[in-house]
Amino acid sequence: MTRPRPQAPFRLSALALASALAVSACGGGGAKETKETKASRTVIQNKGSDTMVNVAQVWAEEYRKAAPDVEVEVSGGGSGVGIAALLKGAVDVANASRDLKPSEAEQALKNTGKSPVGFNVGSDALAVYVHKDNPITEITVEQLTELYAEGGKVTRWSELGVTIPGVKDDTIVRVSRQSSSGTYEFFREHALGNRDFRLGSRDLNGSKEVVELVGTTPTAIGYSGMGYATASVKMVPVAPKAGAPAVAPTIAAVHDKSYPLARSLHLYTLGEPEGAVKAYIDWILSPAGQRVVEDAGYVPVAAGAAEAPSAAPAATGTAQPKP
Amino acid sequence: MRPRAAVLAEKALEAVIRLSGVSAIVFVAAIFFFVLREAAPVLFSEGFSLKQFLFSTEWYPTSATNVRYGTFALTVGTVSVTALAMVLAVPFGLGAAIYLSEFCSPRVRETLKVVIELLSAIPSVVWGFVGLTVMSKLIVSSTGAPVGVNVLNGGIILALMSVPVIVSIGEDALKAVPDSFREAGVALGATRWQLVYRVLLPAAKNGLLAAVLLGVGRAVGETMAVLMATGHAVHIPGSLLDSVRTLTANIAAELGEAPSGSDHYRVLFLTGTLLFLITLVVNLTADFVVRGIRRK
Repeated sequence: MTRPRPQAPFRLSALALASALAVSACGGGGAKETKETKASRTVIQNKGSDTMVNVAQVWAEEYRKAAPDVEVEVSGGGSGVGIAALLKGAVDVANASRDLKPSEAEQALKNTGKSPVGFNVGSDALAVYVHKDNPITEITVEQLTELYAEGGKVTRWSELGVTIPGVKDDTIVRVSRQSSSGTYEFFREHALGNRDFRLGSRDLNGSKEVVELVGTTPTAIGYSGMGYATASVKMVPVAPKAGAPAVAPTIAAVHDKSYPLARSLHLYTLGEPEGAVKAYIDWILSPAGQRVVEDAGYVPVAAGAAEAPSAAPAATGTAQPKP
Repeated sequence: MRPRAAVLAEKALEAVIRLSGVSAIVFVAAIFFFVLREAAPVLFSEGFSLKQFLFSTEWYPTSATNVRYGTFALTVGTVSVTALAMVLAVPFGLGAAIYLSEFCSPRVRETLKVVIELLSAIPSVVWGFVGLTVMSKLIVSSTGAPVGVNVLNGGIILALMSVPVIVSIGEDALKAVPDSFREAGVALGATRWQLVYRVLLPAAKNGLLAAVLLGVGRAVGETMAVLMATGHAVHIPGSLLDSVRTLTANIAAELGEAPSGSDHYRVLFLTGTLLFLITLVVNLTADFVVRGIRRK
C-alpha cells in the first residue's frame, strides 16, 4: 500500500499563503498615511500598549460621536509592537506605557526621516497585585527585585514573612509580561533597576490576563496597570525602600509622585501630527477625552499640564486642547 | 488515429499536473530559503554563537545589559508538550480509527466521521481559549497545581487537536487493506481482535505511522493554542504541572515588537529555521522507518 500523501491540501495552503502575502504586501503601503475610504471617511490607525488598549477603544468610540467622519482603528499587542509599527510607518498613532528609547527615535529618523513626537495623555500606577486572600500588607522595591530579578533570592512567601492561609506549597508563582510590553520594560527599569527578569515566570500576553491569573492563584504575584483591578485581587502598597512608608497606588499618590511605580501614558506620532490625527489628539487632551482616562481607572493629566505635551527624546509636540 | 487537438490537450494537461506536483517542492524550498535569508546575517555576525543559541536556556532578547539568545528551554518546551500530546492522542486516535473502520455500523461511522471532521475544523484560538479558561480550572481543582496553564494543559489541548488528523488518516490506511486479507483471516477462524492486531495493523503499518506523524506535525507547529495554554514561562519543566514556552509561541509573541532587521528579529527567524529542521528530521526518520518496514 502507499502512504497517503497530503499533497493537494498542502498545495492549496501554499497558494493561500502566497496570495495572503501578496495581499498584505499591497496593503502595507496603504496604511502609511491616513487613508480615505470609499465613503470618504478618514481612518486613523492606532496600535500599541496593552495597558492603554481599553482606554484607546473608548476614545475611538466616543470620538466617533464628536467626529462621525473619522474612524479610529485600535489594536493592542504591547507598547513595543505599537512603536515598532510606528517606526515602519504602518500606524498613525502608537500608544505606549513607557518612554520612547533614544535608539527607537534614531531608528524612526533613519526609516522615515521624521522624529517621533510624544504626548502625555494620562498617568498610571503600575500596581503590584496578589490574590485577595494573601495577607501581605506592603512590599518594598528591594523585595520586588529579589523576587523578580535574575539572581534574586526570594522564591517562597515565607521568606517575605507571609503565610498564605490554606496553602501547603508556598512557592511564589511569579506572573510577568512578555517582552513586547511597555509595562514589562517599565517594571524592569523601575522595580528591578534594569536587571533582567529571572527566567521561569509566567509571561502573559495582556494586562487583564495577569490580573485574572493572580485572581485565581492564591500564591501568585503580578504587576499590571491600576485600571485592571478586580474583586478577586488586591493591590499591595509599595515602599520605595525598606523602612520608608509604603504607598498605595491611588490617583493622589500618582499626582504627587509618592507612589514609586507611577508612570506616564503616551501617544506617539511620526513628526508633528496634522489634520485628522492632530484633531484626534487634541480631543483626547480635552476634558471629554480626559474623562475617558478617569473612567478607565487611570489618572488624567492635571489641568494645565494637558496643554504641554511631554517631549519625546527628539522633538516636542504643540498640541492645544480644543476650546 | 486521434485528432491532433486531443493529443495536444492531453499533453498540456499533463504539463499542468506535473507543474502542480513540482510546485510543492518549489514552495517548500522557497519558504525555507526566505526564512533562512532573513536569519542568515545573524548566523555570521560577531557575538552570536550557534552553540549558545542551541544549548543555552537563557532567552533575554531585550535585555538592557546583556542580550542572550538561548533556545534550549524553548525546544524542550516544544518537545515536552508534543510528546505528552502524542502519548495521549496516539492510543485514542488509532483506537478510534480501528473502531471506525472495523467495528461500527456504516451509519455510526458516517455520523462519527462528520463529527470528527468538525472537530478538526475548530480554530486553534478556540482551543487555546478552552485551555486558558475551562481546562486550567479543571487542572487546578483536580491536581492542586498552583497554576493551570502548564505542560499538562498544553498537551491535552494539542492531543485533542491531533486526534482528528490521526483518526481520519488512520482510518483511510485501514480501509486500504484489501478485503481479501480480512476474508483470509476469517477463513482461518480468526476472531475480530486477532484479525485487527495480527492482520490489519501489520498490513496498514505505513499508513498508521503516517497518521501519527501528521499528528506530530500538527502538535509541533501549533502556535496559538499553546501560546494560551502553556503559561509561557522560559524554563525546563520539572513536572507535567510546570509552565513552559514553546518555539512557536515564542515567535508569535515576539515577532511583532522586534524591529525588522534587528538581531532579535533575525534570531526569531533562525528559530523558525530550527523548527523547520525539527519537522524535517521527524519526517526523514519516519521515511527511513517506513522503508525499513517495507524491506521486511
